[in-house]
Amino acid sequence: MFKITSDEIELGDVIRAVEAGDAGAIVHFLGVVRNNTEGREVSYLEYEAYPPMAEKKMAEIAQEIHEKWRLDRVAIIHRVGRLEIGEVSVAVAVASPHRKEAFEACHYAMNRLKQIVPIWKREVWADGAEEWVKPDPVFFQSKT
Amino acid sequence: MKVKVKYFAVLHEELDRDEEDMDLPEGTTVRTILDRLEAEWPEIAEYYDVMQMSVNWEYATPDSELSDGDEVALIPPVTGGQDV
Repeated sequence: MFKITSDEIELGDVIRAVEAGDAGAIVHFLGVVRNNTEGREVSYLEYEAYPPMAEKKMAEIAQEIHEKWRLDRVAIIHRVGRLEIGEVSVAVAVASPHRKEAFEACHYAMNRLKQIVPIWKREVWADGAEEWVKPDPVFFQSKT
Repeated sequence: MKVKVKYFAVLHEELDRDEEDMDLPEGTTVRTILDRLEAEWPEIAEYYDVMQMSVNWEYATPDSELSDGDEVALIPPVTGGQDV
């Protein structure tokens, strides 16, 4: 399951998508809206995505995971629109016969998500100012 | 030929539109779109250094050749997920 949604994300959605009889481990990750960025108070966040390309790139991440770890059960959901503090912006789940590969692949999926999936985040600060978040400089050396 | 061009995040705001259809000569490349936008709004060139572009949902370059009906997107640096 690879999905951009404006609905609230339930952890069960990604868990159910990767459940399988031969899975001995399911590792999941939730990205949550934090109340500050480097100490500056955040009021809320707005996410924008390019949905068809984002979902295609999520599927490519799953393909990379297949090639690296031979795992076929990966689910990624990212929410768009206005998100309040504490709400889930992204959920990733990976199932594997054993835990080591599932931990590694879940971590990998999040790193790749931030590199190649077209999703943007705008921070709206408690003082009313707002800005689109710029990524780490490393992004520019790892474009594809 | 007609190509759809989509703008996201900061570019969507700065250009004050999220997409448009462009009439382009046959055999043209993404660079023609970049040049047209720069003629309209010269400051956009600053974004060209840091952004990416896509053609039909795949990352592309200014030299990528376009065909009728293609969907091009200008993609500012992405930030998917949280800094956790």
